[in-house]
Amino acid sequence: MSRARTTVEPGSPAYLANRALMLERVADLDAQHAKALAGGGERYVERHHTRGKLLARERIELLLDEDSAFLELSTLAAWGTDFPVGASLVTGIGVVEGTECMVVANDPTVKGGSSNPLTVRKGLRAAEIAAENRLPTINLVESGGADLPTQKDIFIPGGATFRNITRASAARTPTVALVFGNSTAGGAYVPGMSDYVVMVDGGAKVFLGGPPLVRMATGEVADEESLGGAGMHARTSGLADHLAVDEHDAIRLGRQVVRRLNWRRTGPTPAPTFDEPALDPEDLLGLVPSDPKQPFDPREVIARLVDGSDFDEFKPLYGASLVTGFARLHGHPVGILANAQGVLFSEEAQKAAQFIQLANQVDTPLLFLHNTTGYMVGAEYEQGGIIKHGAQMINAVSNSTVPHLSVVIGASYGAGHYGMSGRAFGPRFMFSWPNARSAVMGPAQLAGVISIVARQAAESRGQAYDEDGDAQMRALVEQQIEEQSLAAFTSGMLYDDGVIDPRDTRSVLGICLSAITNGPVEGARGYGVFRL
Amino acid sequence: MSAEPDDTREITRVLVANRGEIARRVIATCRRLGIQTVAVFSDPDAHAPHVAEADAAVRLPGSAAAETYLRGDLLVDAARRSGADAVHPGYGFLSEDAGFARAVVAAGLTWVGPRADTIDQMGSKVRAKELMAAAGVPVLAVDPVHAGPDDLPLLVKASAGGGGRGMRVVRAAGDLDAALAEAASEARSAFGDGTVFVEPYLETARHVEVQVVCDEHGTCWVLGDRDCSLQRRHQKVIEEAPAPGVPAELRERLHAAARAACAAVGYVGAGTVEMLVDGDDLFFLEMNTRLQVEHPVTECVTGLDLVALQLAVAEGRPLVGEPPEPSGHAIEVRLYAEDPTDGWSPRTGTVRRLDVPAARTAFDVPPGAGVRVDSGVVPGTRVGVRYDAMLAKVVATAPDRASALRLLVGALRDTRVHGVLTNLDLLLGALADPDVRAGRVHTGLLEERLDAWAAPRVDARVLDDVVLAAALGDAVAAHEASPVQRRVPAAFRNVPSQPRSRGYAVAGRDTVVTARYADVRGRLEPVGTGTVAVHVAAHEVRLERDGVQHVYRLARSGDEVDVDGPHGGVTLRRVPRFEDPAEQVADGSLVSPMPAAVVAVEVAAGDEVTRGQVVVVLEAMKMQHTVAAPHDGVVASLTVAVGDQVESGAVLAVVDEQSTPGGAE
Repeated sequence: MSRARTTVEPGSPAYLANRALMLERVADLDAQHAKALAGGGERYVERHHTRGKLLARERIELLLDEDSAFLELSTLAAWGTDFPVGASLVTGIGVVEGTECMVVANDPTVKGGSSNPLTVRKGLRAAEIAAENRLPTINLVESGGADLPTQKDIFIPGGATFRNITRASAARTPTVALVFGNSTAGGAYVPGMSDYVVMVDGGAKVFLGGPPLVRMATGEVADEESLGGAGMHARTSGLADHLAVDEHDAIRLGRQVVRRLNWRRTGPTPAPTFDEPALDPEDLLGLVPSDPKQPFDPREVIARLVDGSDFDEFKPLYGASLVTGFARLHGHPVGILANAQGVLFSEEAQKAAQFIQLANQVDTPLLFLHNTTGYMVGAEYEQGGIIKHGAQMINAVSNSTVPHLSVVIGASYGAGHYGMSGRAFGPRFMFSWPNARSAVMGPAQLAGVISIVARQAAESRGQAYDEDGDAQMRALVEQQIEEQSLAAFTSGMLYDDGVIDPRDTRSVLGICLSAITNGPVEGARGYGVFRL
Repeated sequence: MSAEPDDTREITRVLVANRGEIARRVIATCRRLGIQTVAVFSDPDAHAPHVAEADAAVRLPGSAAAETYLRGDLLVDAARRSGADAVHPGYGFLSEDAGFARAVVAAGLTWVGPRADTIDQMGSKVRAKELMAAAGVPVLAVDPVHAGPDDLPLLVKASAGGGGRGMRVVRAAGDLDAALAEAASEARSAFGDGTVFVEPYLETARHVEVQVVCDEHGTCWVLGDRDCSLQRRHQKVIEEAPAPGVPAELRERLHAAARAACAAVGYVGAGTVEMLVDGDDLFFLEMNTRLQVEHPVTECVTGLDLVALQLAVAEGRPLVGEPPEPSGHAIEVRLYAEDPTDGWSPRTGTVRRLDVPAARTAFDVPPGAGVRVDSGVVPGTRVGVRYDAMLAKVVATAPDRASALRLLVGALRDTRVHGVLTNLDLLLGALADPDVRAGRVHTGLLEERLDAWAAPRVDARVLDDVVLAAALGDAVAAHEASPVQRRVPAAFRNVPSQPRSRGYAVAGRDTVVTARYADVRGRLEPVGTGTVAVHVAAHEVRLERDGVQHVYRLARSGDEVDVDGPHGGVTLRRVPRFEDPAEQVADGSLVSPMPAAVVAVEVAAGDEVTRGQVVVVLEAMKMQHTVAAPHDGVVASLTVAVGDQVESGAVLAVVDEQSTPGGAE
């Protein structure tokens, strides 16, 4: 039992200033989320409702078990791009008939639910999560198909959408399609590849080619109902297994399907009892310094995330810039790696590599809390083998097979992002706090580096360096990098699975761990643990 | 109080020829006296508490009262077979049936009640009035032949009647003949005796009755009086002892009249002389030759056990000494499973809970001040329309009337009944009325103020909180019952898009109320209301409105949630999230079992059909299928014609069930 002691003073001016800034960021996050929730805007929402149809999130709310949780993923997809925030798709993990499922719903109020390149990426990410965590998938289909002007970024990669459905089926994670509206051309393969298909009478239209295309192709004159109506598919083609009288009925039938999936989890069972953190998660708002250059003690964060605030630190006296240790979250064992002073030195890299191996040895999932400026540079450290040691850490992270959870609670710069199981290192789930920054390095450093390189180039050419231009360039670059390091921006690029209110971190991670244990948790096998 | 019995008549084993509350009441006294008991039971009562509490029990096969509790022959046989040496009839059923009393005595058993000939004399109200008039007791009488407009309004009553049956109020002279004919016909079918009589209808008179117990040695105890003016349809609802506001002189006359009535017939046993009091005048109404439902109030103010006295008198013991002087005050209410706002229609259902936390005793006088509850109902009891719908008698006794009233109101406020609708709100409404509190009552008052008294305590605003409590508690319960993610807060959303909602239909009201709420960082918080959720658990929700906190307790049974709050209980039924369209067919619908063609339609809309009669013939896969009427009735609609192609589950026709007279329970 290692109860964390806290030095956080909730009444202090620093705390209050930190909290005020974080609340501002959370409010801004809500505002960004509101863009996704608004879908295609009031006009289209109203039109959809007047047609007696439910919105994507209304369908999901109705599909889920009453008062179960829903972890929405990639809500800010397409943020900072030309496409609408949310990418006309809603994805998330929800509980249906006591079974955790990946739920994917088209938002038909956004350009008829058609897919743009970000929609495809968001859908593929959802499929990846379902596959890795062994979750059945329920598709709530109403999509006009590909957004044709951007087809070059959709058509070829988008094929994986269909491949994923049937590979999920082969992996014995059932797939269910509830078809509410259009599901045509390529989209027809969503129900086409699914294990179970429910279609709404009078709503679902599932065909490879609609009336105009058929007429162009073969001269046949056929109406939509005979080409792809729900009734036709239920009675004639057999593509629909169930014919629903309306949207509510389709959702009822979808739940009925899941009820009979005989779903069995194959992962470890969490401890029978657990405690809530002894320290108030509300303090998470006040303990992140408003100045991003100022480090903060991740133990304060950990103590507000884990069961009973009980955290057993590993190697506390060695490599003190990285905190490692074991705890439980909702009764699930977790190994935690958290940056303390930002910089990773050789000791920290080796400590991390050793700890990751230890967690793998005992099949314990890993939680990475990022607040790093990267590995240390400089002659002394290069000569000391920082690349070698950093490589050990990256090697361990890359080949670790226990599930990884990553949360960017501050900065995540440089190779530190890699070592802390950044997106490219396949964490099962990755989230950011609103204050997070992810980039190859800090904006000022990056602008400075460009400036130095440019200055050197000018000097080598014997030219005078344009100082005014340099200042302008630095300001521009700094601003651009700052914007592109923002949590919303990286989330918009699907580089994480969502930006979360720090106070929700424990619940979000709890859902992730619960989802993860639908499948086995097994560490890497091979050598014994290298004492590094 | 009573001396040695005649050896040959000592009672050792009593058959209680009754059910429910009164059977338990008799058994309780027998147990206190060391007397064994034998219960009888109809089939629906096989698991009733009175059966479990008796030393032995005998089944009366069947359900209807006429097949069971009204079968004197079976009861005498049961007594003989079970070795009983006495029969206590309770009230109702055969308690005032002279033929049954004779049969009991003829079988060599002791009849716990007055002599059969006394029952006969008092059983005919016409005859009883004649007797009383002769004994100098004032009676109400009008000769129907000479009744004029000055005599109006009039009341036509059945001579053999009781319980309001065979009664008619006449307000216009021209209606008298019709009323006489109707009452006579009703009396004939209900009591087998069409004799009716007419008396002036005193609309604002009080019903005051006097309890007596007489031994066979000539001693007659008058055990005080009771006011039973608060009645619905001539059935008592609230009774108290002593009758409030009766001047000593009038009380003396009442008691004297009761004594005269007993003397006139040589009465032996416990009985009640019922009188109307109109101003200073009193009039004999009738004498009940049995224990009354409301006997507990007299027990509470006298400290006596009237059932014990009945048994003592039946054993031939004399009443020794002086009767106790009534002291203090007792008020009883009858808790019925009924809807006062819907013509007193009985409410059926299974009682899930009947709890009067204030109760200190059952079937016994509470020492000093206190609450007594006599009930024949336990959790699991099915309340049907077959027998009386009375769930319990709640009696409060205290040194004075105001204290008794306060005690009773407090007890009723905390009373929890789940599973059936009751008249609880009406009882509380009545007890809050200034006239009732002042003792200014008359027999028409309850019907007159019914609307005000029966207004539900839970008004629309409170109902919103009741539903909110149910919704929040249900949310927690659903979450706790989930096989996964129980450790994640209920209804957690990292990106909230809309509040959660739960809808409930309110039992006894034609309304559906929806509550909205959302997870806010691990707490469920109401949305769109000024009410704050202070604490939410599956079975207890604490809400705060306008700075005042109230606790709501929840009990669940299937789709129903019973919510007990500061304003009483409400039963809610969850509105289902989904409805299976296959189940959304009208009652009596005939549906196609498969996709088929209609090859014949054998009936037309409006036809009467009998159960099993072929309605439609279908053909599918070269096989013919007949669809027949599920019950007797009328073809209300026919939606197909020969040659139609029908889907599986399609409605072919609807046969409305006809209500057959006398077919209801």
